Amino acid sequence: MSAIPVSDFEQPWELPSRGRIGMLSLIIGESAIFTIFVVAYIFYIGRSVSGPTPQQVLDIPILNTICLLSSSVTIWLSERQIERGNMRAFAALWALTMGLGIEFIIGTWLEWKKLIFVDGLTIRTNLFGTTFYSLVGLHATHVVVGLIMLTFVLIFTLTGRLNHAHAERVEVLALYWHFVDAVWVVVFTVVYIVGR
Amino acid sequence: MADQTLPIAGTLGVTPQRSRSSRLLAWLHEWVITVDHKKLGILYISYSLIFLLVAGAEAICIRIQLAMPNNHFLSPEVFNRLFTMHGTTMVFLVGMPILFGFANYLVPLMIGARDMAFPRLNAFSFWLTAFGGLLLYYSFLGGFGLYGMGNAPDVAWFAYAPLTEKAFSPGHSTDYWALALIVSGFGTLGTAINIIATTLSMRCRGMTLLRMPLFVWLMLVVSAMTLVTITPLTAAQAMLVIDRYLGGHFFDTQAGGSAVAWAHFFWIFGHPEVYILVLPAFAIENEIVPVFSRKGIFGYPAMVAASVGIGFVSMGVWAHHMFTIGLTSVGNTFFVLSTMLVGIPTGIKIFNWLATMWGGRIRFASPMLFATAFIFQFLIAGLTGIMLSVAPWDWQLHNSYFLIAHFHYVLVGAIVFNVFAAIYYWYPKATGRMLDEKLAKWHFWLFVLGFHITFDTMHFVGFMGMPRQIYTYLPDRGWGPLNLVISIGGFIQAIAVLIFVYNLVHSYFRGKEAGNDPWDAWTLEWSTPSPPPVYNFATDPVVYSRRPLWDLKHPEDPDWKYES
Amino acid sequence: MKSMTREYGARAIRLSPLLAVLLAARHAWADGPQATPDIFAPASTPAQSIVGLSIFTLAITGAIFVVVGGLLTFAIIRYRERSTDAASEPPQIYGSVQVELAWTVIPILIVVVLFLTTARIIFAIQDAPEPKSALDVTVVGHQFWWEYRYPKLGIVTANELHVPVGKATYLRLLSADVMHSFWVPQLAGKTDVVPNHPNETWIEPQHTGLYVGQCAQFCGVEHAKMLIRVYVDTPEQFAAWVHDQQQPAPSDPEVAAGRRVFETNACTNCHRIAGTPARGTFGPDLTHLASRATLASGAVINNPQNLREWIKDPDHFKEGVLMPAMQLSDLQIDQLVAYLSTLH
Ligand code: HEA
Ligand code: HEA
Ligand code: HEC
Ligand code: CUA
Ligand SMILES: [Cu+2]
Repeated sequence: MSAIPVSDFEQPWELPSRGRIGMLSLIIGESAIFTIFVVAYIFYIGRSVSGPTPQQVLDIPILNTICLLSSSVTIWLSERQIERGNMRAFAALWALTMGLGIEFIIGTWLEWKKLIFVDGLTIRTNLFGTTFYSLVGLHATHVVVGLIMLTFVLIFTLTGRLNHAHAERVEVLALYWHFVDAVWVVVFTVVYIVGR
Repeated sequence: MADQTLPIAGTLGVTPQRSRSSRLLAWLHEWVITVDHKKLGILYISYSLIFLLVAGAEAICIRIQLAMPNNHFLSPEVFNRLFTMHGTTMVFLVGMPILFGFANYLVPLMIGARDMAFPRLNAFSFWLTAFGGLLLYYSFLGGFGLYGMGNAPDVAWFAYAPLTEKAFSPGHSTDYWALALIVSGFGTLGTAINIIATTLSMRCRGMTLLRMPLFVWLMLVVSAMTLVTITPLTAAQAMLVIDRYLGGHFFDTQAGGSAVAWAHFFWIFGHPEVYILVLPAFAIENEIVPVFSRKGIFGYPAMVAASVGIGFVSMGVWAHHMFTIGLTSVGNTFFVLSTMLVGIPTGIKIFNWLATMWGGRIRFASPMLFATAFIFQFLIAGLTGIMLSVAPWDWQLHNSYFLIAHFHYVLVGAIVFNVFAAIYYWYPKATGRMLDEKLAKWHFWLFVLGFHITFDTMHFVGFMGMPRQIYTYLPDRGWGPLNLVISIGGFIQAIAVLIFVYNLVHSYFRGKEAGNDPWDAWTLEWSTPSPPPVYNFATDPVVYSRRPLWDLKHPEDPDWKYES
Repeated sequence: MKSMTREYGARAIRLSPLLAVLLAARHAWADGPQATPDIFAPASTPAQSIVGLSIFTLAITGAIFVVVGGLLTFAIIRYRERSTDAASEPPQIYGSVQVELAWTVIPILIVVVLFLTTARIIFAIQDAPEPKSALDVTVVGHQFWWEYRYPKLGIVTANELHVPVGKATYLRLLSADVMHSFWVPQLAGKTDVVPNHPNETWIEPQHTGLYVGQCAQFCGVEHAKMLIRVYVDTPEQFAAWVHDQQQPAPSDPEVAAGRRVFETNACTNCHRIAGTPARGTFGPDLTHLASRATLASGAVINNPQNLREWIKDPDHFKEGVLMPAMQLSDLQIDQLVAYLSTLH
């Protein structure tokens, strides 16, 4: 080959990390799923042919919301610790994140228990029940899946198999957790503010 | 560039001699556990070809039933199942996987990578898709067991609510349909993520985004579209399953649910879906037309822009499937406009292919024959699409055979034709042997003939007011003679397809040796041996332009001189 | 670009003979109802304006086809490989801004024209104000049959719609179960019949006679036999029909046995016969069954043999229909048929 444009060789050849791209793609796809459920929720507000209505039975889950949103902060702090190789602080913050997530799930469980046994609202009661449990349940499922993955990381950390070198993977996982939190802001607004 | 005389290639081939049956088992085992993108690509393609035969056979049954008025070849129940299965199979088990198969096989080769970004996810996605297909077909046996045709889904491929609710569709056929699509949907999602990550993160040195072959660009756009459109389908299916299993009311019109909501959700997926199917066909066209015209693609940047443009615009046109459902006049008007706008970037593509051929030296080998027929047929199909987008006319044409003609013109006339083109083009790469050119010509001319007899005629029965999805019709409607013609065309297509299948098998054993680069082409995959080794490239390639092999073959006038 | 307008005219001229032939063939028998419900043989206002728009669209798309297809054919013939060609590659051309701009702008202009024309017709048909004199009919789609109610006239009937000629009829479309679609091609485009989502459409037929159509949205097993028959009557015929339909069912003592069979079996759960205890609404109203030309939504001719066969085994004509075979004795069926045949 004659006179190859050498300029090409001088530039560094760097491409984005595939883990990050993969996770971002997954998040985009998941957002589309949530969009459809949210749109369905909004579309069906006030269309139930029988009670109970959201005003009658829904309480605003302030504590839950605070916990879940602050877990985004704690996971971000823990990311900074693993970057510095500070594994103990990382493990502590990571466990705190999980604790906040678990609180959220317990909160949701209590809310549902009240709705089902006190207010008699199930998924088959009316359209509100159908859309409410589907949307909130879909989100809660994502929290649970996130918690399971967080648990693996915690186990690996405690058994010493995770270290500074895995910072990037941990960050990719944290991306997912941030996404789950962000979705909660939307779900919260739609279900507990707009829909009530 | 790859070196064929690498020492490892020979030593790998030595396997201890085993008994016949264990050799077969070992061979099977290898295919099942493989994470090699090329093997997975071939698995995808073979899987889809088998379903093409199955769904084609279903179409033939449909055509026998409709050949005459008041025919009794099929009962209404069986007819309804057959067209539902035909449509669902063709779209989800033939169209999507075959195109992802080509992407799997070719994208890493074309961008100079050794595999996909996530090889295991890749294998997992394939097996999910395969399982989805089996689940769908298991419905023939499930439910009522082996009595007659069991109870396959019979709600049409768009499964409008509330016909799919428990009240109107008892039994489990609709559940099979929904679950099968959810499962294969996740497979598709995995593949899409994989392709995006591969194209963005695995390109070889020098392969900037604007040097990627157009094939790769289109697969990137398709995968991005898949991310945001397969997922709404999954969401809608999940709602349907909630309704059916948990007693929800999303689409239960008695409890305030909405049938129109399902239609929106389905077509928010369904319309982009048809572009997901056609863009890979464009991708194939983009590789074949230049090579056989002996000219670089005309207007590469415009092609990229048009592809991305089609991707975006096609997200906002779905309600053109719902002009008759009772949208407001403003709603209808909006979707007329957005739908017509898609014609503009699509037109750019057609014109660019035309300009690529213009002034070239067109060699009509079998891939190019199919590719040329594609342009004609897609032109017609696009124009009938424009007719359908004229909402008042659509009030007449909707759900008539004119609509069936429109979409078979795209799905068969464009996509299946290009799938054939692609197989003729890349079969030598994948197997090391050429397909028989004489059989290819028979295949081509018979298929063109059958295609036009069938689908041209359908437009006219549509004008005559014949609706779709009817298992029979009265003699005095006057649709009989044309339907007979349509059915005859179907048989001619079947013969052509059988010739093709014979050619695939025959040439695998008897075909001419292909060599590395039988078509004198320009993209990286042709620099590898045929079939390419597991690692694809012995040394990582470096590229300087959009046509690396052109640069190699024409050192006196390389492409990189012209590209900015 | 410059030659665009001139060329456009030329194309339209080149195409017009083809269209003329097409139209002449169609319009030869367009003045009235046909057995083939051809969309190019309109006999009512919305269908006619649709045909106008269709022809316009056909002309434009036809012109595009001729031009692009022509260029393509030319390229294939002119630039195919010949044995006399030099072995070297043809000159490489990578693009041209002017040309690419042209083939972006021209389609945009075409789209604008087509869009504006379409929008006008959409508004003209969909938002047409209902005249005071219009007849109102409520159409209810059921799995595999049609119910027609005339709220102002107090009529309920099934499967055969009667409307007066030269006058607008507004149809309100409701569904009792799943989605259907009301389509009589010679009268108007189709409108879906959606549960929980009332729709409206209108017709204004100009020629009397029987217009056929059928359900155009897949609705289950017998979607194919959910046919539509619209009788466009002269004003006198229509008035007479209305008068007849408003009467309760005649009660003929000679067929009292049949009437007893009807009233003592489950028939009454699903069918209504005005003036008798039968009040069912699941199946068609049978008050004036004998005044209808067909049975079971146009599936078969209404005559005593078919009626008998229908009651004995509805699946025989319409497999999968929602009316059960009632397991009656031959005698009972004879009596029933005799009774039902008197319901004029
Ligand atoms: C791969 C598949 C595919 C593709 C590519 C398309 C492409 C298009 N389709 Fe089609 N379509 C289907 C598959 C496809 N369709 C299917 C499966 C259905 C039915 C589903 C069902 O009900 O079961 C359907 C139904 C369908 C409908 C709904 C009809 C109805 O249900 O009543 C409409 C209405 O607008 C439509 C329009 C279009 C348009 C405008 C395009 C455009 O993209 C076409 C663009 C191309 C061109 C226009 C030609 C080239 C352009 C030029 C030469 C430039 C100059 C042109 C102009 C200025 C106009 N299609
Ligand atoms: C990629 C998509 C695709 C493809 C390729 C086809 C291909 C064909 N289709 Fe299909 N079709 C659809 C997608 C497709 N279709 C969809 C989405 C619907 C709508 C469904 C719905 O309404 O729900 C539909 C509906 C549809 C109908 C309307 C049914 C109705 O509404 O009542 C008809 C009727 O003629 C038809 C015919 C055909 C024919 C003759 C072919 C031919 O081109 C087929 C050619 C291929 C073969 C003939 C195979 C040949 C092989 C053999 C015969 C050998 C068999 C041997 C073994 C199995 C071992 N199709
Ligand atoms: C379970 C409900 C049910 C019962 C019971 C029933 N029918 Fe029907 N019948 C229907 C339905 C539904 C139709 C419409 C079928 C169609 O066209 O798809 C119908 C249609 C008919 C028709 C044709 C009407 C028309 O307008 O074309 C006749 C006649 C008829 N039934 C008579 C009877 C008689 C007589 C009995 C009793 C022996 C009976 N039916 C019992 C549901 C019922
Ligand atoms: Cu009613 Cu189809
Ligand atoms: Cu579409």
